[in-house]
Amino acid sequence: MILELENISQAKNGHQILSDVNLSVSRGAFFVLMGPTGCGKTSLLRIAGLLDKPSSGRVMCFDRLIPLRGKERLQARRRMVTLLQRPVLFRGSVFSNVEWGLRIRGIPLNEINTKVLRVLELVDLEGYGDRDSGTLSGGELQRVALARALVIEPSVLILDEPTTSLDPNLRFDLLRRLRDLHSKTGITFIMATHDFTDALSIGTTGAVMRNGRIEQTGTIDEIFYSPKTPFMASFVGMRNVFPAEFREDGAVAGGHLVRHTSDKRGHGFLAIPPEAIVVSRKTTVTSERNHFIGTIESVERTGSIFSISVSCGNLIMISSITRSALTELDLTEGQEVCISFKASAVHVF
Amino acid sequence: MTQLLEAFQIALNMIISGDPVVFSIAFRTLMISLTATLVSAFIFIPVACLIHFNQFRGKKFLVSIIQTLFSVPTVLVGMLVFLFISRAGPLGNLGMLFTPGAIVLGEVLLIAPIITGLTISALSGMGREIPDTALSLGAGQLQMVLKVLSESRYMVLTAVLMGFGRAVSEIGVAIIVGGNISGYTRTLTTAIALGVGQGEIAASIALGIILLSLAMIVSLTVSTLQHSVKR
Repeated sequence: MILELENISQAKNGHQILSDVNLSVSRGAFFVLMGPTGCGKTSLLRIAGLLDKPSSGRVMCFDRLIPLRGKERLQARRRMVTLLQRPVLFRGSVFSNVEWGLRIRGIPLNEINTKVLRVLELVDLEGYGDRDSGTLSGGELQRVALARALVIEPSVLILDEPTTSLDPNLRFDLLRRLRDLHSKTGITFIMATHDFTDALSIGTTGAVMRNGRIEQTGTIDEIFYSPKTPFMASFVGMRNVFPAEFREDGAVAGGHLVRHTSDKRGHGFLAIPPEAIVVSRKTTVTSERNHFIGTIESVERTGSIFSISVSCGNLIMISSITRSALTELDLTEGQEVCISFKASAVHVF
Repeated sequence: MTQLLEAFQIALNMIISGDPVVFSIAFRTLMISLTATLVSAFIFIPVACLIHFNQFRGKKFLVSIIQTLFSVPTVLVGMLVFLFISRAGPLGNLGMLFTPGAIVLGEVLLIAPIITGLTISALSGMGREIPDTALSLGAGQLQMVLKVLSESRYMVLTAVLMGFGRAVSEIGVAIIVGGNISGYTRTLTTAIALGVGQGEIAASIALGIILLSLAMIVSLTVSTLQHSVKR
């Protein structure tokens, strides 16, 4: 593991920001720290980047315990770079910004020159060396900040919500760039984001935070396809999450028996992806499907698809269907319909 | 009015012809104020950094005390320095009283709150981003402080110039611990005070014009620096 955080807690002005956080990041991973705004991601990244000290807990970097002060801490910090949420450039030229990290490390001038020019080329900023840092656009500023971090050739690059202030095109461009850099350089990336689609597009492993605690950690697939709590299910975009009692013949949720493929018993939750729910005007019974009769409560357009809310007794199920299916079935509010889904589509946790 | 205009004309002639008395006073004033400003900056910019970059109990209170002392009466500082360096004072054996060194000492103390307080403001103006960026790029504590100082250099220079402006135009310290000795500790302000008292209006106006010019140069430089900060 290149970074391990053990029992990290942090309190500021009487507020508990982080509570007993345990996290490990393996060498070469693209680790994505997810969670809603204000859940403690930035505080955790600042501790991981050795910018802040935790109130309690241990930080291990590069297989060594990092002390709270001293030369060893500085040496470890010099092997990683944290790109702040809103990066700022120093006064002066792009070149003077990019070279600064090398200068303070006492790198010889001719070497600095070569490295800076190479890294500017890597982020597509050839010829920008003499530009005043105050005249750059948002996207260029972000790339100079990235070049300034990469020129140091860090083992770990920590990025705090790098896409937050960018428009969709620049965001897409930055994510593509980060993915390329990760595969080209072998640097371990740790990136915080509140947008889980960022994680899906570039992450290899990750963790989800909530109220200063780690809710779930694992590979990106595990996080997105096997959420362990209702919060996680909701965070990764799962809808139709219901508390249920799991019995031998199925799970009872809202008074309905829901068939599933898990052998879970006792209390828990089940989730049915909206796209797995089929809405029809007639009841078509097959042995592998769950069937419920309900009434359409609403039909809402969400992007290119439509969300149909169907009230089935105590449960309100949401199904996603295309415009053509909606037109073909001629679905309207108040209509009685049958909804069905496979037992294998039911996610149990 | 005619008398005043005549005096003004004589004053201008004194300046244009390079009157040795007027210019020796102006030169001495500049030397004393510049020395005091440089010494004060050398000591109190690091003090401001120590206060700004460290967290301790009573920090806010200390900063508000420093800000209150911006307008400490010059005669009060003069009196305190006098008590310390007079023969009966704890530093009496240094024999500093009525020397240019005494004025420098008094002015160093007089402008210390201005240089400290405004430097703290300049450093605070950098927010958390600049120090965090420097640290995240691998700076040690001292490298980070120097980077933040470098980034806020125009505002820090403004603090120093404000200190110089206060030093060059003060009279309380110069008259109490300098003694207004002709050719030795006489400064622009003490010479003006004495000249007006003795009816030497033309010479006083000449000295006043030089003092005002110095103040204007400081003011213009400060506003130019502030303009370049807002670029």
